[in-house]
Amino acid sequence: MAGEGSQYSFSLTTFSPSGKLVQIEYALKAVGAGATSLGIAASDGVVIATEKKLPSLLVDEGTVKKILMLTPNIGVVYSGMGPDYRVLVRKARKTAQVYYQLYKEHIPVAQLVREVAAVMQEFTQSGGVRPFGVSLMLSGFDDNGPQLYQIDPSGSYFAWKASAIGKNMVNAKTFLEKRYSEEVGIEDAIHTALLTLKEGFEGQLSSSNIEVGIVGADRKFRVLTESEVADYLQEVE
Amino acid sequence: MSIFEYNGAAIVAMAGKNCVAIGSDLRFGVQLQTITTDCPKVFQMNDKLFLGLSGLGTDAQTLHEKLVFRHNLYKLREERSMKPTTFAHLVSSVLYERRFGPYFAGPVIAGLEDNGTPYLCGMDSIGAMETAKDFMVQGTSPESLYGMCESMWREDMEPEELFETLAQCLLSGVDRDALAGWGSVVHVITPDKVITRTIKGRMD
Repeated sequence: MAGEGSQYSFSLTTFSPSGKLVQIEYALKAVGAGATSLGIAASDGVVIATEKKLPSLLVDEGTVKKILMLTPNIGVVYSGMGPDYRVLVRKARKTAQVYYQLYKEHIPVAQLVREVAAVMQEFTQSGGVRPFGVSLMLSGFDDNGPQLYQIDPSGSYFAWKASAIGKNMVNAKTFLEKRYSEEVGIEDAIHTALLTLKEGFEGQLSSSNIEVGIVGADRKFRVLTESEVADYLQEVE
Repeated sequence: MSIFEYNGAAIVAMAGKNCVAIGSDLRFGVQLQTITTDCPKVFQMNDKLFLGLSGLGTDAQTLHEKLVFRHNLYKLREERSMKPTTFAHLVSSVLYERRFGPYFAGPVIAGLEDNGTPYLCGMDSIGAMETAKDFMVQGTSPESLYGMCESMWREDMEPEELFETLAQCLLSGVDRDALAGWGSVVHVITPDKVITRTIKGRMD
């Protein structure tokens, strides 16, 4: 992947004397500067949500899609650099289809997470590339039930009951820690997700500046419409 | 002479009531010479899944090794065994990858799904799948085997009866086949166990 006459055919992610990979640290900073996203795994489904922070009032917010489907039962959201996110979504969707073509069975959530994480790790150990500037929050429902996974720029992944990434993650996670319980159903989880986003939101939360995606026991991931989000927001108020 | 008839084989699989059975002959030969009489063509992939491979011996052997490889990696990654349908699609994909230089093998897959329902499937050497509710045959004399199965198979046979039926179909079916026979082995798979029986047949 090095260009012609390039001096940079070595990996930019080389160890520092203290045993860190500074490029990954910096990538995490890029994630931390991104809009907050969070996910909650309920007893009968998973909800993911994000702030849609647009640079200007003139942006057509209906065309901005941060929450995307990877397979009919797996959805994803991110914090960090949008363009990097889209590359990963493409790769993840292809991985899922390759699996389906081979086995005629939908890829289990954990397997997809592993493959995506492996791609992200590759970019921390190859020449002439930089790590992805995104953390992903993957939500899915398969034979092992509802699952929520976070994948970092380093390629490490964690399964969460509830978590947040991005600008306001520390406060959001504290809020979630207080509110989370194992038996919570998906409707309550959606309310909790909205309340958590509201906590750190600069300005007025509305259905046009957040996005919510859910996958329930029907195992069908979908992004809620603006009017559905508006209804949930009203219930929360 | 066809490459599929270089070694010779006969494989039959049948479905019963919450059970499947699969059997093959035991001959290993090179054209008209019989080398050994202890070469089964059916392999166990996991406790509810069997794979039979007819056709060219070396290709059947290599394919089996490749599929064991894939199945083992799958078990390690996914922490579960492959379902019969999943495995069948994998075999089909593996075969089609070699579409223009195929493995000269004829697979038969027999297994029980999670809820105990029988699964039977056969395919050609480039992966065209055919599932069946009753029986599936492959080998050097499929017509004889089909004839026997068609007349002897009935729905919802219990394991014991299924074994008898399959064994008779196999034994009589290979009588008219110079390249298959010399004894046979039959596996009967039920939700709780697998019973394997080696059958004495005409040694010619």
